[in-house]
Amino acid sequence: MNELTSLSVAEMRSGLLSKQFSCVELVDAHLSRIEATNEVLNSFITISSELARSAAQNADSVIAQSGEESPPLTGIPVAVKDMLVTEGIETTCASQILKGFIPPYQCTAVSRMCKRGAVIVGKTNLDEFAMGASNENSSFGPVRNPWDTKRVPGGSSGGSAAAVSAGQAPLALGTDTGGSIRQPASLTGIVGLKPTYGRVSRFGAVAFASSLDQIGPFARSVEDLAVLLQAIAGKDERDSTSVDEPVPNYSEAIAKGENEALSKLRVGVPKEYFIDGMDPAVEDSVRKSLGVLEKLGATLVDVSLPHTELAIPTYYILNPAEASSNLARYDGVRYGLREPADSLQEMYARTRAKGFGPEVKRRIMIGTYVLSAGYYDAYYLKAQQIRTLIINDFKAAFANDCDVIAAPVSPSTAFAIGEKADSPLQMYLADVFTCPINLAGLPGMSVPCGSDADGLPIGLQFIGKPFDESTLLRCGHAFFKQSSFDIRSMARKQATEFAI
Amino acid sequence: MALSKEDIEHIAKLAALELSPDEFNAAFQELNDILNYIDQLQAVDTRGVVATSHVHGVVNAFRDDVIRPSFSKEQVTKNAPSIDERGFRVPKVI
Repeated sequence: MNELTSLSVAEMRSGLLSKQFSCVELVDAHLSRIEATNEVLNSFITISSELARSAAQNADSVIAQSGEESPPLTGIPVAVKDMLVTEGIETTCASQILKGFIPPYQCTAVSRMCKRGAVIVGKTNLDEFAMGASNENSSFGPVRNPWDTKRVPGGSSGGSAAAVSAGQAPLALGTDTGGSIRQPASLTGIVGLKPTYGRVSRFGAVAFASSLDQIGPFARSVEDLAVLLQAIAGKDERDSTSVDEPVPNYSEAIAKGENEALSKLRVGVPKEYFIDGMDPAVEDSVRKSLGVLEKLGATLVDVSLPHTELAIPTYYILNPAEASSNLARYDGVRYGLREPADSLQEMYARTRAKGFGPEVKRRIMIGTYVLSAGYYDAYYLKAQQIRTLIINDFKAAFANDCDVIAAPVSPSTAFAIGEKADSPLQMYLADVFTCPINLAGLPGMSVPCGSDADGLPIGLQFIGKPFDESTLLRCGHAFFKQSSFDIRSMARKQATEFAI
Repeated sequence: MALSKEDIEHIAKLAALELSPDEFNAAFQELNDILNYIDQLQAVDTRGVVATSHVHGVVNAFRDDVIRPSFSKEQVTKNAPSIDERGFRVPKVI
């Protein structure tokens, strides 16, 4: 990482305003970093150099004209998960079925951030249609973890996480359906937030499991993350499930974390999130972090979320059911791949056979089965009822015991590429501490809290009340500043270690 | 509820997916493993529990029925594999 690619967003902003460097120089530095590292990391599917350079030139003239009045992300490079449609930039969802698709419109979260000056540097790799926890399910090949390139970066937003971790971009957008922002953030040593369901518009996020999907930001610090969240949050009339809750000024949450730390805050620690079989290094690091929270003024409270163990089976009914329905649109008619055939039915079946990868087919099959005639009540309805029980667990904890919950993100650190590839069910268990939060529609954030014996990062998860991202940012910022885990020095170490 | 090979064939047909023999065998094994795992939910007593549809209880989202600009035919069809002047072209239906 050179100097410009390791700066914080605030440092980039002040460097741009004081003319130490231009937006074009800043964007070029990141494009060079991508060029130098993408062959190994495979974190980008599309690098949009030309559009990025012209947006950077435009940003330079905005800064020349408006200076401090220019929008907060002016000239800041951002990587975008290739699950979000980008007008004029190929959008694949890492699937062969969408290869070559150039969307005629822009995702709301992307257009909001671009309106605030952000420069898209490219589209990042992911598990095909966001189905996976390792980024190995991409038809464009796996992404490699910058900390150890023999290991996965997590998934499904593995490309966005690797990009931010390795200095290819200071900020990125991802999507999180069962942990797809928080788990890769944890495995690559960065910060990632899944906002409350409905906080950020899903318009232009390619639909996967619509009652669970949410777009969110990645960054190398909580402060940086807050800037991107501010840009994308808020009701959008084009997503009827987005909620009209006022969006607070997130810099106030950061200031509160800075000035008051965690004083008077009750932090719930759910016993069901410390389970047999989790990596002892993860448990140790998370428990030590709880001690840090206490030192910051928090009161730790034991809480119970008794239906936690039902979350994965519930999730793996709802998720494939919604996915099978959403993915019915890939039929070889309006966009993407078409395989030749004599009849329409045959064309559908062949196109989908060729265009979808194994995990996507698996979920379509499960989802089709659980929604098929005669099974709806036993599976989908049952799962929606258990979802209510899971939601009630959180409601009770927040009503009676605590203001925020602290827990692990992932039961293990980054695993080796190929290690879990043969067992779909094993891979599903990676979501154990993250998918309950999607089922309950709550905000969750992963913050780096330590590393294991091999130096691989570990994340701490903060889980909040609906629409209370502010408390997560406050906790995250106070913890991040206090933590002995210094991501920026680790980032420099990582950069020399993977020696590109 | 174990799935038979006939069930797998039926599901693949409903899902409009052509499976190769290898994929078919893998699906038979994996789907049964996964269903066996999720079947643990059948033991949970959910009598009287209301099913969740929207996590924050949003029910209907109405808007005024106003005509607004939409994409041109060129924009809508530019990604299509096959079109003619009237719309999308598909293989024989009947």
